[in-house]
Amino acid sequence: MGELRLMKGNEAIAEAFIREGVDAYYGYPITPQSEVMEYLTAERPEKRTGMVVLQAESELAAINMVYGAACTGKKVVTSSSSPGISLMQEGISYIAGSEVPCVLLNVVRGGPGLGDIQPAQSDYFQSVKGGGHGDYRQIVLAPSSVQDMYDHVALAFELAFKYRILVLIQSDGLIGQMMEKVEIGEQKKRLSDKEIKEKYDSWALTGRTPGREHNIVTSLELDQAKQEQFNIHLQNKYAEIAEKEVLYEEMEVEDADYILVAYGSSSRICRKTVNLAREKGLKVGLLRPITLWPFPEKRIAELAKRVKGMLSVEMSAGQMVEDVKLAVNGKIKVEHFGRYGGMIHTPEEVLEALETKIIGG
Amino acid sequence: MTEEIIIAGFGGQGVLSLGKILAYSAIMQNQEVSWMPSYGPEMRGGTANVTVILSDERISSPVLRKFDTAIILNQQSMDKFEEAVKPGGLLLYDNNGIIHPPTRKDINIYLVEAAKEAAKMGSAKTFNMVVLGAYLKIKPLVELGNVIKGLKKSLPERHHKLIPMNEKAILQGMEIVKEEHLV
Amino acid sequence: MADIKIEDIIKSENLVFKKTKLFTDKPLSYCPGCGHGVAHRLILEVIEEMGIESETIGVAPVGCSVLAYEFMNIDMAQAPHGRAPAMATGIKRVYPEKYVFTYQGDGDLAAIGTSETIHACNRGDNMTIIFINNGIYGMTGGQMAPTTLEGMVSSTTPFGRDIELMGHPIKMTELVAQLPGTCYVARHAVHTPAAVRKAKKAIRKAFEKQKEKKGLSFVEIVSNCNSGWKMTPVDSNKWMEEHMFPYYPLGEIKEI
Repeated sequence: MGELRLMKGNEAIAEAFIREGVDAYYGYPITPQSEVMEYLTAERPEKRTGMVVLQAESELAAINMVYGAACTGKKVVTSSSSPGISLMQEGISYIAGSEVPCVLLNVVRGGPGLGDIQPAQSDYFQSVKGGGHGDYRQIVLAPSSVQDMYDHVALAFELAFKYRILVLIQSDGLIGQMMEKVEIGEQKKRLSDKEIKEKYDSWALTGRTPGREHNIVTSLELDQAKQEQFNIHLQNKYAEIAEKEVLYEEMEVEDADYILVAYGSSSRICRKTVNLAREKGLKVGLLRPITLWPFPEKRIAELAKRVKGMLSVEMSAGQMVEDVKLAVNGKIKVEHFGRYGGMIHTPEEVLEALETKIIGG
Repeated sequence: MTEEIIIAGFGGQGVLSLGKILAYSAIMQNQEVSWMPSYGPEMRGGTANVTVILSDERISSPVLRKFDTAIILNQQSMDKFEEAVKPGGLLLYDNNGIIHPPTRKDINIYLVEAAKEAAKMGSAKTFNMVVLGAYLKIKPLVELGNVIKGLKKSLPERHHKLIPMNEKAILQGMEIVKEEHLV
Repeated sequence: MADIKIEDIIKSENLVFKKTKLFTDKPLSYCPGCGHGVAHRLILEVIEEMGIESETIGVAPVGCSVLAYEFMNIDMAQAPHGRAPAMATGIKRVYPEKYVFTYQGDGDLAAIGTSETIHACNRGDNMTIIFINNGIYGMTGGQMAPTTLEGMVSSTTPFGRDIELMGHPIKMTELVAQLPGTCYVARHAVHTPAAVRKAKKAIRKAFEKQKEKKGLSFVEIVSNCNSGWKMTPVDSNKWMEEHMFPYYPLGEIKEI
């Protein structure tokens, strides 16, 4: 068993960046995730592992620093919160269009615009449907605990390099600011320049190795027929990810009549709702998507064959509910419930919504 | 065992660190914990509160409407959280600055004059540890030895010399806590 | 003359000019008469002469030279418009021993990427920025650039740049020279053999500065855009000497 610590989600993920052997963090401060860079700088990662931590002049610069380093086969990461992630969408689209691996953290806050600094889950569309231009996808992981914040870093980098894709860890102010028990893993070694060359010389910009063609990382293809072929290649890759990489967790679904679908901090609140409902004799279960994209649509479709209704619970005006409805395809009743704009629903409010919108509705 | 606690008072009373030390102490005996502060503009308005959950099982919602225990350290918090204690639950408060003491009859109410005691001890900063001692006397969920370990973990090394003083404050809190009303 | 065969001419002893080794075989996409090709060549010659082609990573911009990576046989990335310095910073910080450069036009560096340019210069990242200033947006069809001169006609200033409406042409090179993070700042041209020799020297110096880790080296090349300016190459070079050079004077501005 690793070392146990009491940490904020934002601190745990920062520690995980160091222990995962990340080469660089480029970021720009924004509440409620500034602890990430503050923790990193206080930890002297340049001494611990040689990791680079640099405060950029904007989120725009930060994502392009990430893009640059990602082109070279290094492990690179940034973090921000909703308005900052909006500013990064240009770089995110380029990263998708040039297929380089990297990891982003969005500690979501209330919007739109400057919104507020309280927890929210209203960036689902942006994360899952593509906030930037073009036909692209990114893998989206939704941690629901401080331990998940730590553990998802290794998972995110594994997926990022496996598919040369951007992996977004979508947290929120609640998980970012909350402290929980975390088991800290071993320090992984950063790859040496030589190891990177050996592993990624087919695509990474490491300086043209004698005897090979120059590597180019670009998202530009002026020949539209070739650009269509490239898009088909991307779609095939996305289809493979959708087939193989779906992750979800279930609670008391075996005998459930009704299912709550919730991710991240909302799923934590819904675990309590399941307990409250069971105490009242209501057979309620919870499905928590761990990957928001790819979405566990097959599992939801399966469950729709035998349960009476589903309530999608999200701290938003109703975004994920669209994907739940698509998966259910009209077979049973599906509704959305959630407080938003920085407000957090309580377990009791969720139960009340389930009773009025689904069970009694 | 699951214990859901709200600790509420003024910023500067050590509300958040009281919660943190309690949570760290529970980790020392391998329990699950969550520590969820209110933050943002609310904090700047002078009040601070933190929800702490200790459990033998995986913790569900860190956001709660009802609590097993409310530790209340100013009047604003009394106004807000007296009603949030579950029937049969515990309300522990310091009467310093309290104009309207708690009135509920369906909960257990305890008083700890921690501000007065800390002043007497000549160290206002140990106020929150007096409160912690009082709480642990009523609900001995965490062993004192683990609290000391928790203190060591949550305090930076340079402050470790203050641990004996904090331990004394905890013991003092255990000593002076008074029952006001029992269900 | 008629009996001389081409095979008799192509002999190594007759060879006076050859393609720089680091150029790929792709035909350049630039208009005949444009300075980009020469600027590319100078960078590649410097890299070849320094023997650093396997240690160098370049970043191409958006603009006429967006395809620079097709012509330069070195590892290269293509940046979002204006973001090349940020990408280069990202690369240089994880490969501090490599040579990293950006190649950017005036719209890219002095308009949409002003912030990235200034902050990279100010941080003193040990890399090189090559800035091609031809006072116009070439690729999108000749619109006004931040460096378009007063009164100069472009497709979005058909009656000439009006300073009251559009502001003044920006002198980025003088601006970045003021920043403590830059170690070498120079402005040159590539329209005559003498100018080419000076420009090459400056580019060489800029790359060598990376070894010394003294900060960012910045070389502006004032260039013509005969297509955008709607002139013959010869006339455009003459116009450049008469109008561009007085506002954008050539020479070394800073060296530490």
